[in-house]
Amino acid sequence: METLRTGQAHVFGNNIDTDQIYPARFIEYTEEADIKKYAMAGSDNPDFVQETQPGDLIVAGTNFGCGSSREHAAITLKGNQVGAVVAESFARIFFRNAINLGIPVITCPGVHAHVQAGDRLQLDLKAGEFRDLTNGWTAPVEPLDEYIMNILSHGGIKPLMRALTSQGKVRD
Amino acid sequence: MHAIEKLLAVKAGVDRVHAGQIVNCDVDVAGINDLYYQTVKSFYEMGGKKVKHPDDVQIFFDHYAPCATVIQAEDHKKFRAFAHEQGIANLMDVNQGVCHQVVVDRGLAKPGEIVVITDSHSTMHGALGAFGTGVGATDLATILITGKLWFKVPEVIRINLTGRLQPGVYAKDVILHILGDLKADHGIYKAIEFAGPALTDFTISERLALCNMTTEMGAATSYIQPDDRTRAFLKSKGVTDYPVYTTDADYQYEEDLTYDISQIEPQVAAPADVDNVHDLSNYQGIHVDQAYIGSCTGGRLQDFAIAAKILKGHHIAPDTRLIIVPASGEVTRECIARGYIQDLLDAGATLSPSGCAACIGIHQGLIAADEVCMSTSNRNFPGRMGSLKGQIYLASPAATATAALTGQITDPRDYVEA
Ligand code: SF4
Repeated sequence: METLRTGQAHVFGNNIDTDQIYPARFIEYTEEADIKKYAMAGSDNPDFVQETQPGDLIVAGTNFGCGSSREHAAITLKGNQVGAVVAESFARIFFRNAINLGIPVITCPGVHAHVQAGDRLQLDLKAGEFRDLTNGWTAPVEPLDEYIMNILSHGGIKPLMRALTSQGKVRD
Repeated sequence: MHAIEKLLAVKAGVDRVHAGQIVNCDVDVAGINDLYYQTVKSFYEMGGKKVKHPDDVQIFFDHYAPCATVIQAEDHKKFRAFAHEQGIANLMDVNQGVCHQVVVDRGLAKPGEIVVITDSHSTMHGALGAFGTGVGATDLATILITGKLWFKVPEVIRINLTGRLQPGVYAKDVILHILGDLKADHGIYKAIEFAGPALTDFTISERLALCNMTTEMGAATSYIQPDDRTRAFLKSKGVTDYPVYTTDADYQYEEDLTYDISQIEPQVAAPADVDNVHDLSNYQGIHVDQAYIGSCTGGRLQDFAIAAKILKGHHIAPDTRLIIVPASGEVTRECIARGYIQDLLDAGATLSPSGCAACIGIHQGLIAADEVCMSTSNRNFPGRMGSLKGQIYLASPAATATAALTGQITDPRDYVEA
């Protein structure tokens, strides 16, 4: 896993729910190639998909990903190769879904107030540090539990489970 | 330890657990709803071949039931094939209803069990003493392969309810009031327990509504200590054998809050946040285009009884439509047997098949731009029930039925008998 993530900031507010990240009207799609077209389509920046570059970071306020359990919200960000989501706090199911897909979801108090859209950002997962390279703001991030780090370092639960099933460690 | 911790410890096969710890637990009910064919895809992507415990798996056709598009129909078809192939007998087809209500109707939510469904409102099952929690598709696929899933042991916030509700005020008003007070992120990763003398009076239906909406506070799960009402309810479903864990006297709650429910007036969550809660009286007179009675929050027998009482012998307002969606097939049949559906149809209601329907804005009652919908459901985000410019007010079944009657937001206390 790449532990140094550098990219541009896309900034969103508090309580960004899954209908903003991935509106229900596109929920019938099941392929990542389709799902990735509608990232943040219900938010106040519906042009996100056109603007984002692989590796860019999403910065948000509190409770990012609240609302439904739809994994589409994480799949669409993965499809756009979002490098990480850094927020004041995350809703629980979104957090799990993102980790399962190998997207670092990192809690960093104060981040929303200190980052402007377009800033160049760097997240150092190893050092547990977040840096706004544009304005120099640096802050520690909340460490992830070992169990969760293990999933993330395998690139998500799918590669991890594939490794286990193929080694016969999970009996079916 | 808290009762929830004791439950998780047993399911993880360990003596003790503590808040913040990650535990890998056996899952008793693993539910997949029809929005998430992704679950099956993830199952195969992870190298899954045989579902470990097919009898514990439930597949629910609810959000799309019955299908409105070809893509939905294809998803149902693929699910049916998967169920056949894996020997999953519990496929709840389009006649069954919303997953959470079906779980309750079938007596599957019970003390001491872990209920995991690919749906955020799985917190509801705490009302019956289960550990209910929602997950995404890939987490559920992990359960299909291993029979287990990891959980972080939650801290518990206890909400004590005291006092007595005024006539015309209901459990839905209580939970809306609490949400407005604590806000949408107050319970992230936490368990919300309801307790206190007033809770004893609450019916199972009301308790389910309370626990259902803790999801809107971000809660991982919710809990009500099983009591005589719980036991009587489960017995009516033929369920008598289950462990009941109790919380140790020295357990430290993260927060211990008390609400005197006698003071609560009819509430609404106004557009477009669930925690944008105010006294309904502030919104009196706003024209209502659609009144919606349904969903896993407000589509049970008791909700239709309240609505039927208000509307029986009357007719809904001329410029207002009333969509009624009993949460499950069983609720529909009971509502018919008791005459509620007849009363509501006579009053001008439109009956929709059981399922999620317009609660999730997929079909059966979407609203247009600038239309106002008053709903007994649980979310009022922009676009949740149709147009992004639609306006959704969440309220009790009584307030929703009253709005259908008068065509505008109206204090239901003037329309229910004391
Ligand atoms: S009724 Fe509404 S809230 Fe309940 S499961 Fe269906 S879509 Fe979700």
